[in-house]
Amino acid sequence: MSRAERAQSTGQRTDQRTDQRTDQRTDQRTGEQAGRRTGPADGTYARTPSPLWTFGLLRSELVTTFRRWRTLALLAVLAAVPVLVGVAVKIETSDGSAVGGDGEGPAFIAQITNNGLFLVLTALAATLPFFLPMAVGVIAGDAIAGEANAGTLRYLLVAPAGRARLLIVKGATTIVFCLVATVVVAVSALVVGALLFPLGEVTTISGTRIGLAEGLARALLIALVVAASLIGLAALGLFVSTLTNSGIAAMATTVGLLITVQILDQIPQLDALRPYFFPHYWLSFADLLRDPVHWDDLLRNLGLQGVYAAVFGSAAWARFTTRDVTV
Amino acid sequence: MEELPAADPDPGDVVIATRALTKRYRGGQLAVDGLDLAVPAGSVFGFLGPNGSGKTTTIRMLMGLIEPTSGTARVLGRPMPGASRAVLPHVGALIEGPALYGFLSGHDNLVRYDAADPTADPRTRRTRVAAALDRVGLTAAAGKKAKAYSLGMKQRLGLAAALLQPRRLLVLDEPTNGLDPQGMREIRALIREVAADGTTVFLSSHLLDEIEQVCTHAAVMAQGRLITQGAVADLAAGARGRLVVTTPDVGDAARVLKERGIGDVVVEENRVTGEPPEGDPAAVTAALVAAGVRVRGFGVERASLEDAFVALTGEGFDVEG
Ligand SMILES: Nc1ncnc2c1ncn2[C@@H]1O[C@H](COP(=O)(O)OP(=O)(O)O)[C@@H](O)[C@H]1O
Ligand SMILES: [Mg+2]
Repeated sequence: MSRAERAQSTGQRTDQRTDQRTDQRTDQRTGEQAGRRTGPADGTYARTPSPLWTFGLLRSELVTTFRRWRTLALLAVLAAVPVLVGVAVKIETSDGSAVGGDGEGPAFIAQITNNGLFLVLTALAATLPFFLPMAVGVIAGDAIAGEANAGTLRYLLVAPAGRARLLIVKGATTIVFCLVATVVVAVSALVVGALLFPLGEVTTISGTRIGLAEGLARALLIALVVAASLIGLAALGLFVSTLTNSGIAAMATTVGLLITVQILDQIPQLDALRPYFFPHYWLSFADLLRDPVHWDDLLRNLGLQGVYAAVFGSAAWARFTTRDVTV
Repeated sequence: MEELPAADPDPGDVVIATRALTKRYRGGQLAVDGLDLAVPAGSVFGFLGPNGSGKTTTIRMLMGLIEPTSGTARVLGRPMPGASRAVLPHVGALIEGPALYGFLSGHDNLVRYDAADPTADPRTRRTRVAAALDRVGLTAAAGKKAKAYSLGMKQRLGLAAALLQPRRLLVLDEPTNGLDPQGMREIRALIREVAADGTTVFLSSHLLDEIEQVCTHAAVMAQGRLITQGAVADLAAGARGRLVVTTPDVGDAARVLKERGIGDVVVEENRVTGEPPEGDPAAVTAALVAAGVRVRGFGVERASLEDAFVALTGEGFDVEG
């Protein structure tokens, strides 16, 4: 018996073995034909997966991201900001004096002593320019580049995760992180505010008063808008992440871009360009606390985030689905 | 020596078929040059070549990680990278060493890779992961963080990921690289086991003896080009064996062998080798003994793949590339 014949007979044995395995694993396969080699033309190689199984990767990505020590550290820093602000305000006002009376400090800080709910707004206004987007930049920048860096990207791709599917899962997880990060700031602020200060009716920017329940509802809406404000940066970071095999480089580039754009957005000579910078309308969330709500800038902000998500999401897709993965 | 056809129309017989497969990296490096490969179903196929000869590049193209510059690759009868989604669930792969999430346990690493496969049923995930861990002997270390694993354990965990599902093809790129002899033995034993289950194994290596030990078929690469491919026995048969005389009296022995008309006599420490004699080897033994040579060993060594390689390329197999 020649080697070739032996290989041939091994090939025949494949079919018998596959049958045995099919028996053991009927839970995974449907019908007798599943897993059997009957040629590619009729497509019977394929297991018959449920479309729902595709969400396994999203779940895995969420669990993996939120179990990372780094993610938890970022969230801990974000949770600490309202604590620091709340305690500082409490100490400064313990002698009965007012804080930030002459417009210093973050927005709404003067009202915290009257109503702890304003700590939520103060904390969001304090973290939105830098802490929150920096955390998002780290997660988004590392999304693909970090996997490439570790070499795990090639194994996800041969699993096969599918490039478009993996990118969508990474994008979705980054957006979930935007939401979680914002909610962490808001909830921490609400807890600290309730512990240190009285809660009660809310005086809007327009001077009208709304009940605590409606005040809480508006605070929740504000948190959602703040989270949505971060989507443009998340898309930008994801795109940067597809460009390099270094997670650190992608994170640094994304955060660097954030700082640069934030600075450019302060330069009056760039007036014509400024409305197109992704952070330009970030602080418009305060308009939700007017009575009635001023929607103009809020909608401009959400629209701008949508445009950034579409442009950089497509760019990330174009790059990632065609790129050579050699790491 | 019989060459396999470059591409077999029946995919039931040929698991990997490439035609003029070529890859030029963006830097201009021509890594794989016009490769025609045919890997028969059920074989343990050794993909042999020195470092830098294009083995990993070929495997990247077969797995759809990089796009060929020209030429085509078919895996399990379907074109790659186009049919990645249909083909890859039936393929397990270990490419350029294992890559793990250091902050996850061994068990959770496998859960992650299993979840990445959209054809893997989440209800049976734990069973699959436990079976894969058991198969590579990592059950006891399953709860340990992967960054605390030794290289051998990482390699075995990588293999476990490749074996999460029953596979039709297992692609292993230098799976014993960096392992100690014990680790190498374990991996080889596992390869034999998988092959006995009927899985075709495509094994790249720069180690000749590794290919000889486990492979039924082999292809030899050098500088991105295919030098030969076929059954290992046929490849080795292309080269003749060698007569080996073990003796302390190497000088006398060499003289006697030359007198008997034996060609290519090479004197080494404590042994003399030459081309096998035409007639009865016993006559050579008698002549040696008659000349007072203290013969401690005498025989004709089977031709090795290395001999075949030397015969094919006219040069030694330079491991350093
Ligand atoms: N990502 C890359 N970019 C450019 N050249 C590469 C890349 N990867 C490998 N090469 C080059 O391609 C050739 C083949 O490499 P490789 O396929 O890794 O060989 P092997 O796996 O046989 O050692 C080498 O000359 C190597 O330097
Ligand atoms: Mg290699």
